[in-house]
Amino acid sequence: MRRIRFWGTRGSLPVALTASGVREKLIKALRAASGRTFASDDALHAFVDGLGLPVSGSYGGHTSCVEIETGGPEYVLCDLGTGVRPFGQKAMARHGPASPQTYHVFMSHVHWDHIMGFPFFTPAYIAGNRIRIYGGHAMLEEAFRRQQAAPSFPVDFAALSADIEFVHLEPGRQYDIAGLQVRLMLQRHSGDSYGYRFTGGDRTVIYTTDSEHKLEDPAETASYVDFFRDADVVIFDAMFSLSDAISVKADWGHSSNIVGVELCQLAAARQLCLFHHEPIHGDDAIARVLTETRRYEEITRTGKPLLVTAAYDGLEIEL
Amino acid sequence: MQFSSQRLADVVVAVPAGQIDHPNAERLEQALAPILDATSMGSSALVLDFSRVEYISSMGLRVLLMAAKQLRAQNARIAVAALQPVVKEIFGIARFNHVLEVFPDVRAALAQLSEEALAAYDARAT
Repeated sequence: MRRIRFWGTRGSLPVALTASGVREKLIKALRAASGRTFASDDALHAFVDGLGLPVSGSYGGHTSCVEIETGGPEYVLCDLGTGVRPFGQKAMARHGPASPQTYHVFMSHVHWDHIMGFPFFTPAYIAGNRIRIYGGHAMLEEAFRRQQAAPSFPVDFAALSADIEFVHLEPGRQYDIAGLQVRLMLQRHSGDSYGYRFTGGDRTVIYTTDSEHKLEDPAETASYVDFFRDADVVIFDAMFSLSDAISVKADWGHSSNIVGVELCQLAAARQLCLFHHEPIHGDDAIARVLTETRRYEEITRTGKPLLVTAAYDGLEIEL
Repeated sequence: MQFSSQRLADVVVAVPAGQIDHPNAERLEQALAPILDATSMGSSALVLDFSRVEYISSMGLRVLLMAAKQLRAQNARIAVAALQPVVKEIFGIARFNHVLEVFPDVRAALAQLSEEALAAYDARAT
């Protein structure tokens, strides 16, 4: 595996940066630039980079879609939230319609925010492309067909010209797909969800979203720790604060930054990537959660440091 | 983890000490269990004196929230007092300062919860 590329990182619902949000960022940037001059474009770019993502950019608003670049010719994705639309556009721009590609997609589950991008995934409309959609749910295919059925969408699933196949996977087994060793694990979420462990060469990536880790049952915790063991990157659902996750939003099927740190530390993982951001959180709120999570890691560290990052649309993590 | 408690009028003041990590969270839960039956204990509130708590994990925080739930169901209150700086940080990161009443010290907590307990506390102090 070479790198992870995030196309959609928002939980539950896509969000858009508003005019007032852009204006706030501009005002903060201009205030920071007050009195400065920039001798070159490079100096200007360096200044913008130093402003930090909440001012110079945005965590973004597309729902879950993550690309794992294997180094091989076939594409590997996790989930088909709205982030798959820009992914599909980029793939089309790169290859054109006359050069068929293969896309392997691993589904955490089939809740709306994780499948809603597929009707806008251009390669699905082009004959010759191969799309393999993997998951642990029995109703995987039904969910995709239903979201494109009338009156919900104008183009029926049957009209898609690509060669699309749904492949049922089972926890406890290892699969070799697109040059990766793949295992999945049942997770606690309404209607169930599945986490994935991808290993390629000497690198391991965990994709665990829409999963409520309660840590109440030591045996259950141990099974997750084993699943995360020695991972290079753990992409982790940190949608809620711990207090929300165990009080007013208990059993809503999501986890917290604090539990993410604790599980990764127990598993001796190298990097925790906060994912599935709460849609009511603006960029400043997500940045604050990231800062606090890094501090919690520092407080609780007993061995090697755990690198903590927060995913944003466009983030690339080199493996 | 060490644990002690004392009654001040209608308030129980519990004093855990040490690290409330995952293994010790269960010990805290067991230690609190008899106190959480507020009706039979004849108490109206529980104050957790955290002045000797050095660290608390998510499991420890979960024990506190479950205790709060149990007490509130009996119309009893729960408060946490005298957080050490690191524990105060953890409360902030976990947003626990939004779901539990937190006071700078035990006296301040008692002042909010019970005049009788405050008088008993002050009488002991003098």
